[in-house]
Amino acid sequence: MHAATSALKPGEKVKMTVRDLNFYYGKFQALKNINLEIPEKKVTAFIGPSGCGKSTLLRVFNRMFELYPDQRAEGEVNVDGDNVLTSKEDVALIRAKIGMVFQKPTPFPMSIYDNIAFGVKLFENLSKSALDDRVEWALRKGALWNEVKDKLGQSGTSLSGGQQQRLCIARGIAVRPEIILFDEPCSALDPISTAKIEELIDELKSDYTVAIVTHNMQQAARVSDYTAYMYLGDMVEFGETDQIFIKPKKKETEDYITGRFG
Amino acid sequence: MDATLSETSFRKEAQTVQMPEEPPARRSGRLGDVIFLNLTRGAAILTLLLLAGILLSLVIGAWPSIREFGLRFLWTAEWDPVQEKFGGLVMIYGTLMTSLIALIIAVPVSFGIALFLTELSPKWLKRPLGTAIELLAAIPSIVYGMWGLLVFAPILSKYVQQPLQAVFTGVPVLGSLFSGAPVGIGILSAGIILAIMIIPFIAAVMRDVFEVTPPMLKESAYGVGATTWEVVWRVVLPYTKAGVVGGIMLGLGRALGETMAVTFVIGNFNQLNSLSLFEAANSITSALANEFAEATPGLHEASLIYLGLILFFITLVVLSFSKYLLLQLKKREGSRT
Repeated sequence: MHAATSALKPGEKVKMTVRDLNFYYGKFQALKNINLEIPEKKVTAFIGPSGCGKSTLLRVFNRMFELYPDQRAEGEVNVDGDNVLTSKEDVALIRAKIGMVFQKPTPFPMSIYDNIAFGVKLFENLSKSALDDRVEWALRKGALWNEVKDKLGQSGTSLSGGQQQRLCIARGIAVRPEIILFDEPCSALDPISTAKIEELIDELKSDYTVAIVTHNMQQAARVSDYTAYMYLGDMVEFGETDQIFIKPKKKETEDYITGRFG
Repeated sequence: MDATLSETSFRKEAQTVQMPEEPPARRSGRLGDVIFLNLTRGAAILTLLLLAGILLSLVIGAWPSIREFGLRFLWTAEWDPVQEKFGGLVMIYGTLMTSLIALIIAVPVSFGIALFLTELSPKWLKRPLGTAIELLAAIPSIVYGMWGLLVFAPILSKYVQQPLQAVFTGVPVLGSLFSGAPVGIGILSAGIILAIMIIPFIAAVMRDVFEVTPPMLKESAYGVGATTWEVVWRVVLPYTKAGVVGGIMLGLGRALGETMAVTFVIGNFNQLNSLSLFEAANSITSALANEFAEATPGLHEASLIYLGLILFFITLVVLSFSKYLLLQLKKREGSRT
């Protein structure tokens, strides 16, 4: 089960290393001894049936689980050599560095502009014009600028679902993270919006390390460079996406991917 | 025609897709809907009729006083049953001021309680604390009144009013707010008792609306690096503003209308000698409760009913104001198109 011998292609730079990670909801163990290396500026997809722990894993990466008192994690999640789980660094800073996009769009109840500026203002004291620039930059990165540039003062909730999700991506980008986690970002979107988000993820990987949880195997195959298949809290197989989808090493992976199970 | 057509085609579709061997849909369903519609509509209209009826009977009852004093009643402080000269200023001031004090105290405290219960409290403390706060709401108001008069007033007098007076004597504005005999009975004590009484309502509503904020929305704010305070203040509160304002209005409504507890501690004194918060005063409801039984039919009784009518309008204005406030908040969030 150990992926200690790196599954990454030679020359790949490692951004995040997970070592012997166990995770518990109260007494229930949701992640079992996970070992994993996530490459820098690549897209890593996590697939598996519901309840396999893929979303849980994502929530360990930015310590989101800590909001809930009966959840705990053991092991290491090293980002650039620093263990996120035991880091002395302020958890808010860690979360800003590791952005997250959720299943459903979650625009804040404020204007489009303020949605983007919200996170920026928490950490940086920018002048009005510098903030304007940052908002425009983030919205361009989120492929939303052209659609909203004339209505920045409108409520974020007035946008369509797909636009809202891109707003949330731009909001995460605005605080200049290094890693962006996507937790089934397209599950509430129509196919056209989904295509836009996938295109955007493809662009984002030139600047950011991306991890994406998805129920949709075609999506994993389309957007990711590496894929991890998880089942009941175990990391069953991890490797290059092409390899996982064309000739998986494990029988279980093959069964899931070919639809015989799941 | 159109409606029936689409309905039959829908039924057909439902049959072929879901239950092919089911007999045709039952006919009584439509009749039931009609009856239900009329019942609910009847209930809604009944509310309107009751409201109109109460308003009408108040106006009729107050008419002699309205004819005699007109709107002057609102800013006349004189209340003299012997010479039949009536003005409601003292009571109106007392009602508004005690409710204002109650809100100033209760809103931040309730916010703190709700915030603690939803975001910060350890799990084992949540339920007992939540229940305790709800139990506060179950205490009869007369108990609050007696407690306020016998226990709270002496404490307030000794440990709050006297020190405050010592500090603020001679200071303009504040000095006059805290002047007068520090006997523990008056506008301030009534306001504080009211605050204690409305905290459970406001806190419970705030807690409930905070709790229904989608966890994902909160996590999104945490996700860009916000602290608990920033999440609650900048995201949860704007998201739940309608509920929060609703809760505050519920509390304010209770404070404006509360009678028994206020009667005990406000002093029931129909003069407005100074603006001091320590001075005994009167509120609309308290005056009604105290004087109605012995009021002679005629101008005195009509004036009391006039007071009731004014309370009715105060509540109406407060409600309209809260709606307006919500509208403004929504505008600031950005117009929806």
